[in-house]
Amino acid sequence: MKTKELLLKPIFDNNPIALQILGICSALAVTSSLKVSLVMCIALTLVTAFSNLSVSLIRNYIPGSIRIIVQMTIIASLVIVVDQVIKAFAYNISKQLSVFVGLIITNCIVMGRAEAFAMKNPPLPSFLDGIGHGLGYSFVLIALATVRELFGSGKLFGVEILPLASTGGWYVPNGLLLLPPSAFFLIGLLIWAIRSWKREQVEKPEFVIAPNSPVREAV
Amino acid sequence: MSSNESVGRILRVAVLVSLACAVVVSSAVVLLRDAQQANKALDMKRNILAAAGMLEPGRSVEEQFARIEVRAVDLDEGRFTDAVDPATYDQRAAARDPALSRPLSEEEDLAKIKRRERYGLVYLVRGEGGELEKVILPIRGYGLWSTLHGFLALEGDLETVAGLGFYEHGETPGLGGEVDNPLWKAKWPGKKVYDERGELCLGVVKGEVPAGDPRADCLVDGLSGATLTTRGVDHLIKFWLGENGYGRFLANLKRGEA
Repeated sequence: MKTKELLLKPIFDNNPIALQILGICSALAVTSSLKVSLVMCIALTLVTAFSNLSVSLIRNYIPGSIRIIVQMTIIASLVIVVDQVIKAFAYNISKQLSVFVGLIITNCIVMGRAEAFAMKNPPLPSFLDGIGHGLGYSFVLIALATVRELFGSGKLFGVEILPLASTGGWYVPNGLLLLPPSAFFLIGLLIWAIRSWKREQVEKPEFVIAPNSPVREAV
Repeated sequence: MSSNESVGRILRVAVLVSLACAVVVSSAVVLLRDAQQANKALDMKRNILAAAGMLEPGRSVEEQFARIEVRAVDLDEGRFTDAVDPATYDQRAAARDPALSRPLSEEEDLAKIKRRERYGLVYLVRGEGGELEKVILPIRGYGLWSTLHGFLALEGDLETVAGLGFYEHGETPGLGGEVDNPLWKAKWPGKKVYDERGELCLGVVKGEVPAGDPRADCLVDGLSGATLTTRGVDHLIKFWLGENGYGRFLANLKRGEA
């Protein structure tokens, strides 16, 4: 596969959140502010890229029976390193992200790419695939965070954009947007928008409801 | 691939992967420890300044904190002490150390903290002429789910609250977690610590303070929907300002005998 395809396909055509519906948990939790989301995106992209790279490097030596646990060990180590780096260089953000950096370990995107792609492909494409899926995740997170922070608190990156009514402006923020369920609605709308644009992503129904059978006399 | 599945191979891969990962993780932790501890210390200073309402966003925290004098206090005697070095003393660790703390009896333990350390830290803010402007006390106590850790700041007269802030707690977001709400915290500055008879009175009530209550200037409205957190805050304030907390020290300090 070509570099461009590896990097760009996961953004619209094969988005981990919008098409594969993976990694929703952190997308709900951290997107109430743009700054925190951005750090989370960078963290997840780095972890996915490097876990793909390391898994791919040793893919021919990993015995099939312990491959999942080997992938988990590598992912967990990378996540701990990223968590420590954030604690050392962005302490305030690390407090807001709290457990969510640690929870990258259980983020299905990372594990899914290691198992589905890195185990079967050479290191460089695997690395790019990790970056691509990180970008796909980031695209959704940044889009959600922009809407949520702008209309939920009238700010972007903590800088006031819409003057708030409470400080003499005209904008009354929509508090619902700061609560996790709003991200759920927004992700739903985003999936709808993407699937209206790219019709091939619409899933075929798994079963068809049979028409009602007409009522008949018992005997 | 079949040679990959032998027991020897499985063990070898498992051990090597674990070793490599262990080296990476432990070197990250060791290399970054200094930066993390510096961050923690800086964050604590920011919390102390914020609780006292002295934090100015534009200026460096270190520079602002330079005005604050940190001293250790013997809580039983209520006097300053040199028994521990305030720069390195960890009050929260001391509370768990049997050599530096004592268990509290049921009646004493208002704040539900089980053990109280012998030495407490105080943060003194002095004005240009050396007169006392503010005293900041570390406080903690149990709310609904968690121990709340924070600071209570008093004005130089030791009778008026200058501010309150919690820097660590695990109360329900939106209910008890509203102890972090700036609007609620803004109700604290200016409250009196003692009533006319000189008895400890500062506290939080359930609901709103009734209009015309004679003690209205020392009571704060409770948080709605968070009765137990509110009660916890009330108890921990009463504990730390009382006999078993910083009460003796504050009395001595007021008389100039600390």
